[in-house]
Amino acid sequence: MIKVYVPCDTTALSLGADEVAQLLMAEAERLGKTIELIRNGSRGLFWLEPLVEVDAGTGRFAYGPVTPEAVPELVEAGLFDARQTHDLALGDIEQHPYLKQQQRLTFSRIGLTNPLSIEDYRQHGGWQGLEKALQLEAQGIVDEVKNSGLRGRGGAAFPTGIKWQTVLDAPADQKYIVCNADEGDSGTFADRLVMECDPYLLIEGMIIAGLAVGATQGYVYLRSEYPVAHRIFQQALAHAYSTGYLGDNLRGSGRSFDLEVRLGAGAYICGEETSLLESLEGKRGQVRPKPPLPAIEGLFGKPTVVNNVLSLAAVPFILQHGAKAYADCGMGRSRGTLALQLAGNVKQGGLVERAFGLTLRELIEDFGGGTVSGRPLKAVQAGGPLGTYLPASQWETPIDYEAFAELGAVVGHGGVVLFDDSVDLGEQARFAMEFCTIESCGKCTPCRIGSVRGVEVIDRIRAGTQPEQNLELLAELCDTMVDGSLCAMGGMTPFPVQSVMKHFPEDLQPRTSEKSGETTHA
Amino acid sequence: MLPVLHAIQDTCGYVPKTAIGVIAKRLQVTKAEVHGVISFYHHFRTQPPGQQVIQVCRAEACQAVGGRALEDHAQQALNLGYHQTSLTGEFTLEPVYCLGNCACGPSIRIGGRIHGRVTPERFNALIDALQTRPVEVQ
Repeated sequence: MIKVYVPCDTTALSLGADEVAQLLMAEAERLGKTIELIRNGSRGLFWLEPLVEVDAGTGRFAYGPVTPEAVPELVEAGLFDARQTHDLALGDIEQHPYLKQQQRLTFSRIGLTNPLSIEDYRQHGGWQGLEKALQLEAQGIVDEVKNSGLRGRGGAAFPTGIKWQTVLDAPADQKYIVCNADEGDSGTFADRLVMECDPYLLIEGMIIAGLAVGATQGYVYLRSEYPVAHRIFQQALAHAYSTGYLGDNLRGSGRSFDLEVRLGAGAYICGEETSLLESLEGKRGQVRPKPPLPAIEGLFGKPTVVNNVLSLAAVPFILQHGAKAYADCGMGRSRGTLALQLAGNVKQGGLVERAFGLTLRELIEDFGGGTVSGRPLKAVQAGGPLGTYLPASQWETPIDYEAFAELGAVVGHGGVVLFDDSVDLGEQARFAMEFCTIESCGKCTPCRIGSVRGVEVIDRIRAGTQPEQNLELLAELCDTMVDGSLCAMGGMTPFPVQSVMKHFPEDLQPRTSEKSGETTHA
Repeated sequence: MLPVLHAIQDTCGYVPKTAIGVIAKRLQVTKAEVHGVISFYHHFRTQPPGQQVIQVCRAEACQAVGGRALEDHAQQALNLGYHQTSLTGEFTLEPVYCLGNCACGPSIRIGGRIHGRVTPERFNALIDALQTRPVEVQ
């Protein structure tokens, strides 16, 4: 039978994948062809979405981007026979340089499989990490993760194995595994891809974490802005329960692990781990001072592992192939692979999983292909809304936690947003402060009030009101926020502002009217 | 408390004032605490929304591909500011900070559906498709 694959992730759907699927079914019926329509995950080559693949018995052949309007002519050009004559024909997508040059350890299955099929998951190497973990003592699992060199992929880059060791060593009648799926950074979508395109991977990673530290209950804190991820992951959970991978005596091992999804409610700050725990407990998502660390006193006061989706999703590979296989990738103290996400004004946006050490320029040029607008690239924001804007002079930097830290930049969650030369970075600096006024939890004064003052000061500079004094004031305000905030929200909001002050000072000048040469008032 | 509030909002479209006392009683917390939670999270509304809730992404990745222009267009086309509902009760316009569709922006969400690469023209077409009667587009 002819197999036709149409992706079901948010991006493919946002570009009409459901309509494409319906049209293909209708065309097949019209032509009297029997097809099996499979809603696979996305391969992460977003500029080619919806990316349709057809297997007429001789392997998978791709077409993309397939808009609903393009379906009739593609069918006419022999899509159901996998004929490759049409302009949108891409051949074997796995031979595409964008995919060939990646090292997909965590994302090895996305796009290949039906995300909800446990059978697909098993056939493509799924559950083998769990099998291995079930044969090990708790300490043995923690040692594997420690030896892999895995560091927290949420942004803070804390060694995952050490966090797990702390929870393992903390005596308690109840411990928890909490997955941080509050992926609020603009420019990031890798957590979403795991949950939409390979949900059992996260489930497997969380079960292994539970076995490693002696936790029997897990929660996934998912943002409410991800309705597709919520739907797919809920279905995956139900399947995992009905097939005995979750619940009591999982797969007859005598061990148990329960897992629930909890929806956030549109608060960026809840991606901060202590705020997330407050929110899970049903409170306002205000940050808690540390110590105590969540590993000692976390959810409901019990020892809790709080890990990002990508950290947990890396664990099955580490258990299956051994710590060394993971640690062999990377550079310096940044081991393994990082899921980079190319976004914004980029020609070839999508997911790039590569070992640490790739330079920013290789990422944005070789993979990204420059801007989609065709205009020159001006700045790159790495690490989400709290990350710095990097000028061209810094694009040779290898993507590595320490190399970025040396520049005062952050790798964060791996989001890389491109801006062409039409961007007004003064406006972007203002937005960084404005975003903080909206999303600050209100606990610390430098963050709650400082961000409001930040917007005002930038407005004064741009209006030409004592610009020099106000620039000095802005620099001091930034220092106060960095030094005086409890968490990264207030502590890092100044990063993009400071990077604009340092590298793009011309964009923070009073805006002069082109005609009169006078300053204008915003 | 969040699952309770979500369930109420999913059913009613918002969290009515009358629900606060009931929630407080059943969860054994004060009304002030319930109010505190509702007001902390952007997602929860205390007023009924329009028939269609339209969220426009304001985050950086969308800004890089014309998101700011789309925001202006959406406000003008619907004649609404953020957090406002049209007098006819047809639309509510809300900002959103990232829908995770960052490689194919600008993005908007209408109900449970996310749309990518939304130009002003595409925005108009999407709105037209929703409308039961013509509305003047400025």
